Amino acid sequence: MKYVDEYRDAKLARGYARALARAVTRPWTVMEVCGGQTHAIVKYGVDKLLPGEIELVHGPGCPVCVTPVEWIDAAVEIASLRDVIFCTFGDMLRVPGTRGDLFSAKAGGGDIRVVYSPMDALQAARANPEKQTVFFAVGFETTAPANAMAVYQAKREGLKNFSMLVSHALVPPAMESILSSPANRVQGFLAAGHVCTVMGYTEYEPVARKYRVPIVVTGFEPTDILQGIYMCVKQLEEGRHEVENQYSRSVRREGNAEAQKWIRATFRAIRRNWRGVGEIPASGLGLTEEYEAFDALQRFAVVPQVREGPSECVSGEILQGLKKPGECPAFGVRCTPERPLGATMVSSEGACSAYYRYRGARHEA
Amino acid sequence: MKPERPDDLGAGAHCPLPLSDYPRVVLGHGGGGKLTEQLIEKLFLPAFDNPFLNKRHDGAVLDMGHIKLAFTTDSYVVRPLFFPGGDIGTLAVNGTINDLAMCGARPAYLSAGFIVEEGFSMETLWAITRSMARAAESAGVAIVTGDTKVVDKGHGDGIFINTAGVGVVERGCAIGPGNVRPGDAVVLSGDVGRHGMAILSAREGLEFESMIESDCAPLAGPVLRLIEEGIEIHCLRDLTRGGLAGALAEIARAAGVRVDIDESAIPVREDVRGACEILGFDPLYVANEGRFAAFVAGKDARRTEEVLRAFPPCAEAGVIGRVRESRTGLVVMKSRIGSDRVVDSLSGEQMPRIC
Repeated sequence: MKYVDEYRDAKLARGYARALARAVTRPWTVMEVCGGQTHAIVKYGVDKLLPGEIELVHGPGCPVCVTPVEWIDAAVEIASLRDVIFCTFGDMLRVPGTRGDLFSAKAGGGDIRVVYSPMDALQAARANPEKQTVFFAVGFETTAPANAMAVYQAKREGLKNFSMLVSHALVPPAMESILSSPANRVQGFLAAGHVCTVMGYTEYEPVARKYRVPIVVTGFEPTDILQGIYMCVKQLEEGRHEVENQYSRSVRREGNAEAQKWIRATFRAIRRNWRGVGEIPASGLGLTEEYEAFDALQRFAVVPQVREGPSECVSGEILQGLKKPGECPAFGVRCTPERPLGATMVSSEGACSAYYRYRGARHEA
Repeated sequence: MKPERPDDLGAGAHCPLPLSDYPRVVLGHGGGGKLTEQLIEKLFLPAFDNPFLNKRHDGAVLDMGHIKLAFTTDSYVVRPLFFPGGDIGTLAVNGTINDLAMCGARPAYLSAGFIVEEGFSMETLWAITRSMARAAESAGVAIVTGDTKVVDKGHGDGIFINTAGVGVVERGCAIGPGNVRPGDAVVLSGDVGRHGMAILSAREGLEFESMIESDCAPLAGPVLRLIEEGIEIHCLRDLTRGGLAGALAEIARAAGVRVDIDESAIPVREDVRGACEILGFDPLYVANEGRFAAFVAGKDARRTEEVLRAFPPCAEAGVIGRVRESRTGLVVMKSRIGSDRVVDSLSGEQMPRIC
């Protein structure tokens, strides 16, 4: 397939692996931020092609994983209400809260619908004026513009029966949180290509300078990732710490100005809780005052209750690059995709889930 | 004391699935992945316990003295009822024929049970019935018994069809995961992922550049020809729910062997790949209705390819892997970039992802 196969080429991949082996002189720890990259790395076995000196650790960039438990509980509560149509992206259905997942709420009679775009949820609201339609707005900067557009459209049309349960997260504050931790071991980052398609990469430049860490905006195909690692390692070896763009076929430095305008018009930065990691200042998005009336929490008077996760789960350390899935004693034994204990096992893009699926439970993790 | 709820029938009558997991049935229990497997292993197998069922093949093989009968059943609840490349009727007939074929049997007779919702269009029922008749005729089977139930409006989703089938197992056939041996070749009968993506794009109104058609087709012809040609078949599996990956993972586990496959040898049509890329699906896990995998003796690998390629649904048949000695029970796939990964079954169905 055009524009895909070129980036999964075995010869090209081996070429990058050889170039890396020549360039590297000592151990480096590089973090890929995005869950989509983690998934591709484990699925294609990119990490197995790397020289032993380079260790990849997996970052917090899976929106499903880091959605806090109390938000899942709120979703289940709202979705179980009579006369509510609850619209969500498919991969949120299996995420367990403290009172079950959305799949169970659906089996219990909730009208829960999988949609492919927030516009589908708007359409459901228009078609069912006697019911309340709620859209579960989850994701990083990537999905924020479409969600902003949906709520703008709802306001313009005066739709009184549409609201959003907003659980948006922002990438740069999470990277800073990792870098400022005394236990940090990340020396270079692969930044999330699609987040930067929207936001550009100017906001990463001060981060690279402040923490003296190279950041390479990277795509999602195997050879993208290998090239991103190569560029990052080259900077490390040469003692540079700049923001470079590997994913230039999609990302410009300034990003998508129109999309950013919509985000700014609709959302404001708020403190938020990351499942497995904890609270990070200004790392989430909430609706601005102008759009508050579309906040599902307000409309249904639901207050998320913060709860402690199981003590055995080490997903917080995994999301910060301090541990790998195989270092957790519960991995594949007491914690599986069917019965996840924590953030990194709940979504197929979580590191634990990717290792479980592509490396085998009892094997190689 | 009187039981308060019908399921409170005293010790020994409690549901063996831990209620903390799922106190209610969720869609994933019917997805053909690990949740379905749990349901079968913990609920149905212990309750119905017998050597035929415990083999967990696509159908049961019953020794009747002079002949062996294969017996199978399947229910069809597909939405939409009509989709590019087929409808619920062709699916209901071909699906059961294929389950019989996977036992090495010549399909002979089918039953048809209809659960129809009050108010369902008679014209549509007629169209479905004609499809079933055509599919049965072209596969040389007869629908010899049936049942009809009508449920109140709102208590069914249009129409559900159950078919059961019997067939006569060809002489000398011992087909099942237990017969898989190191050195066996894994032959895939054609490109994968078409049926699932055809249904999904029709159901969700997803518009792709070209229309993806289901691969729905009867497989008894090609399988019987393999048997006639004297190919040493060790295991057959049609690649329905759970797709190629689910089928191979289950066979490797049951047989206690390692199966090595090569990603670049697995054909996936461009339109199917494109749709999968957009939705974040892996075509290896997408359902098929006219594809199967055959585990045959290594010496017969090329011959199997040749025989299969004479049948239109199997024109792209080819060897995709080998069985290796190893107790791991894993499927290991050489990825396109020359690295490798484990291929395991999923928990439930694949879900479109956020970004």
